[in-house]
Amino acid sequence: MDKLVVAGKAYSSRLLVGTGKYRDFDETRRAIEASGAEIVTVAIRRTNIGQNAGEASLLEVLPTSKYTILPNTAGCYTAQDAVRTLRLARELLDGHALAKLEVLGDAASLYPNMPETLAAAKTLVAEGFQVMAYCSDDPIMAKQLEELGCVAVMPLASLIGSGMGIINPWNLQIIIDRVKVPVLVDAGIGTASDAAIAMELGCDGVLMNTAIARAREPVRMAHAMKLAVEAGREAFLAGRMAKKPYEASASSPSSGLIQKSA
Amino acid sequence: MSAPIRITVNGAPRELPAPLTFTQLLGELDLAGRRLAVERNGETVPRSRFGDARLADGDRIEVVIAVGGG
Repeated sequence: MDKLVVAGKAYSSRLLVGTGKYRDFDETRRAIEASGAEIVTVAIRRTNIGQNAGEASLLEVLPTSKYTILPNTAGCYTAQDAVRTLRLARELLDGHALAKLEVLGDAASLYPNMPETLAAAKTLVAEGFQVMAYCSDDPIMAKQLEELGCVAVMPLASLIGSGMGIINPWNLQIIIDRVKVPVLVDAGIGTASDAAIAMELGCDGVLMNTAIARAREPVRMAHAMKLAVEAGREAFLAGRMAKKPYEASASSPSSGLIQKSA
Repeated sequence: MSAPIRITVNGAPRELPAPLTFTQLLGELDLAGRRLAVERNGETVPRSRFGDARLADGDRIEVVIAVGGG
């Protein structure tokens, strides 16, 4: 069976999904179920005090018996804040070590700040975290994250939440070819074909949130993404035919045609 | 009973009776039994310490939960 292995644990689904931007927890739950995802990201934020005392919690919607929770450091702009956030997450999740590191460079592009990301990765790995790192699609950066001990590298396809798809498949290809830990495309997926293309390139998985949550019908799109990731993976494993731009090749026999009319 | 302590919780100043453990603080904040994590002055406070560790005047406390995110 073809499994995604991250930090020694095998997963059947190669689609990882976020939990942001949904209308409510019920839609979150239904979309995640339809996606078939087993690894689900969450953010860490201040709790409301003195209000919503009886409010349901996201973690009740995502039982750890069913999902691997992947806390993120979204919104962090320094290595220090990212490390603090994940230490809190580890306490919140009973010592769970798998984490998504993202250190942002600016609020307009949400592009990763790679020097801070590398610094945070170094500290987190030393503290026993299993770091899946959101990164630029620079192959050197991805390689350095791997060398620091990250368990997966997650280059962007395009800007977070932009839905612009895969801007630079060539860089992704270089990363896939050179990095030995799993490579997951994170950020920028807009629709099912984008996810399929990522998988056809040979990515080990895809992480997305907005493409599902902001679809007109999120639950349906979650299902579409499940199919796209599976189809893309199968196509990658099957090995596509060679492209022959100037050479047509009929699929039907050239012999046995009926008599040409005079 | 000693003098009350002044702390900030999630950025807001609060005055609370001392001595005060983290378990008591969470009770005061109506957060007892919730799934959360706590940081004091930038350092995570393990849940195992909530019952005996005491708040000190000037502590900056962060109380966090998991929310939807990508």
